[in-house]
Amino acid sequence: MPALSVFEGNFLSRLWNDKETRSLVVQVIATLAFFAFFAYIIRNAYVNLEALGKGFSYEFLFQTSAYDINQHLIEYSSKSTHFTAMLVGILNTLLVAVCGIALSTVVGFILGVLRLSKNWLTNRLAYIYIEFVRNVPVLLHILLVHGIIVNTLPIPRQAISVGDGAFLTNRGFFVPKPIYEPAFWGVIAVFVAGLAFFAWFRKYAKRVQDDTGAQYPVFWIGVGAIVGAPLLAFVAFGAPISWDVPSLQRFNFAGGMVVRPEFIALWLALSLYTAAFIGEIVRAGIQAVSRGQTEAAYALSISRGRTLTLVVIPQALRAIIPPLTSQYLNLAKNSSLAIAIGYMDIVATIGGISLNQTGREMECMLIVLLLYLLLSLAISATMNWYNRRIKLVER
Amino acid sequence: MAPVPYKVGEHPDLPPPVSVTGPLAWLRNNLFSSPTNIVMTLVSVWLLYELIPPMLDWMFFDAAFSGENRDACRAQAGGACWAFIAERFRLFTYGFYPAEERWRVNLAFVLLLAALVPVLYDRLPARKIGLYYSMAFPLIAGWLLLGGWGLAPVDTDQFGGFMLTLVIGVTGIAFSLPIGILLALGRQSSLPIIRLFCVGFIEFIRGVPLITLLFVASTMLNYFLPKGTVFDLLLRVLIMVTLFASAYMAEVIRGGLQAIPKGQVEAAEAIGMKYWQSMRLVVLPQALKISIPGIVNTFIGLYKDTTLVIIIGLLDPLGIGRSSLADTKWTGLHNEVYLFVAIFFFISCFSMSRYSLYLEKKLKTEHDH
Repeated sequence: MPALSVFEGNFLSRLWNDKETRSLVVQVIATLAFFAFFAYIIRNAYVNLEALGKGFSYEFLFQTSAYDINQHLIEYSSKSTHFTAMLVGILNTLLVAVCGIALSTVVGFILGVLRLSKNWLTNRLAYIYIEFVRNVPVLLHILLVHGIIVNTLPIPRQAISVGDGAFLTNRGFFVPKPIYEPAFWGVIAVFVAGLAFFAWFRKYAKRVQDDTGAQYPVFWIGVGAIVGAPLLAFVAFGAPISWDVPSLQRFNFAGGMVVRPEFIALWLALSLYTAAFIGEIVRAGIQAVSRGQTEAAYALSISRGRTLTLVVIPQALRAIIPPLTSQYLNLAKNSSLAIAIGYMDIVATIGGISLNQTGREMECMLIVLLLYLLLSLAISATMNWYNRRIKLVER
Repeated sequence: MAPVPYKVGEHPDLPPPVSVTGPLAWLRNNLFSSPTNIVMTLVSVWLLYELIPPMLDWMFFDAAFSGENRDACRAQAGGACWAFIAERFRLFTYGFYPAEERWRVNLAFVLLLAALVPVLYDRLPARKIGLYYSMAFPLIAGWLLLGGWGLAPVDTDQFGGFMLTLVIGVTGIAFSLPIGILLALGRQSSLPIIRLFCVGFIEFIRGVPLITLLFVASTMLNYFLPKGTVFDLLLRVLIMVTLFASAYMAEVIRGGLQAIPKGQVEAAEAIGMKYWQSMRLVVLPQALKISIPGIVNTFIGLYKDTTLVIIIGLLDPLGIGRSSLADTKWTGLHNEVYLFVAIFFFISCFSMSRYSLYLEKKLKTEHDH
């Protein structure tokens, strides 16, 4: 019978010629290959580690680390454990990533707006900056900025003084350290209350406007609540803050706070590099909003500023956020280049000195990889949440 | 003088007045159209005035182009000391490749340029044969650089300088595109297990920095191989860089694949094409065309990322520069080294991005609305 011809031939070719079974076969083979591969390398690792007498354990995390870290946001000394060293590394990575994201966003948006400027000269300057910066490797930027700080800035004795309390030297930037008196917490409380009030008031004002059309001066009330009230409280409590100003001792500064050259170099280089990419993203995003939108807004006699904030920027953000997310991720991952200039981040602490001291390559690298995966996940989750919030609500 | 009589409608068109078209009008429109604009122009001019003359002085007019060491340079001029770069130029180019074998590197470079021609120019006569040559190029170059079969063998730890950058960059570019295409197709596949593996691989690689993967390659890989396996460090780096770039490539291509309407695949199936036929002949040509800017950006990213190999001890130009700075003869000349390497990367990356713009324009088949 002709209908049976599909089932002719040998068993193997039948398996291959039926779409359903073929996909099943392919997947079974892929799964088997995957597990066989992992079984093979894990067995190799087991045998090799056994031969070296190492085994796989995380006990070393609770042994004394015996090395110093020059920038630590939490209590740390060479008597602390490897685990504490890891925490210090994580905090250092987070610090430079957060600061970098903030600065690169600001500079990037400025660059993007300058790129759209009608002024030919400004426009070209921004273009040249962007092209030159983003076509040179980020590692080179980091080394260059670090080199400039360490080699060009003066030694502490001849420090460049900024204002009367901050000093730029090749050992870092020395800035006054704030000392908070107990009453300062009152100012903080007022600030938080102001924020909460503003969040509520904005919703309330929107509801009133939707119902009656009446507009409150939301912006100025916001400024009053968030900036004005804490300032008043600050004065009322009698300025409960004092500064520990650094002073020059024999060879170096004492007192105050030091921002280390490694941090500054990494922070500036990462921010300026990423800003060049963000500038192009912002430019493309704003250009993606069709000209008709602006013209329609003008035709409704909406002011220039309100057109920008109510019509252009909300639409541009939709085109800007997804690529901006990947730039933030890149910045966070590029912060691992810290190791080139000796900034003590995750890679340099647990994946560097701890690894070399304990010889536990496998355990340390697993931690480092996992931490970066978590960091990436956290950034994408936050940005996805924000993206969903501003997304166009479609029918 | 009597006015020349013109009939109505026969007066010759006069050119627009100079005040609207001339250079003065251009200046007024582009630099001085409003108070803000004037301020911005002044700020820009001031910036240029502050930056350009000192930079030109440092780079050219007050620079030393010859000299035995740093002090000799400093005695001549206060600016850059290019004598340092001149003395180390061969090191920057070839790394530690044996001097008498350097013709092989030069030949490989010429062959590389020849291999690029059929890829870049589609109007070349007999382009197809040229493309086969381009595909065979990595093998030929590998043989030339590594030696064997009649050539003196050269160890990969003697590779360095710009040559190393090119080796890593070209290998990564050549292999990451096909692997990226396969990963992207896998991620879009209807087979759940295949999709799972591809998503897992792509997201893992994109979630970690390249430097950690290079560390894994340099410190841990030996544990995962049978005891006593010798695995060349450069080869490990090449594999990691390629895998890293291919994950990013896969995401770029996935964007292109998603932009192709489902009707295209369905139409291909309707005329009896198999999966691979429909992908090769219908979907991929369109998807890759859309993804060109992203693909080239990934190439540029990969090319710049080759500098990270200095952290695990390979000597690319940046690494050569850093180790040259340790020489007491030339100590302290950081800016010269970094600027020199930066210019090299700028030229290669900027030309890649320009080429991608040109290609985008050429392949654009639709008209603007």
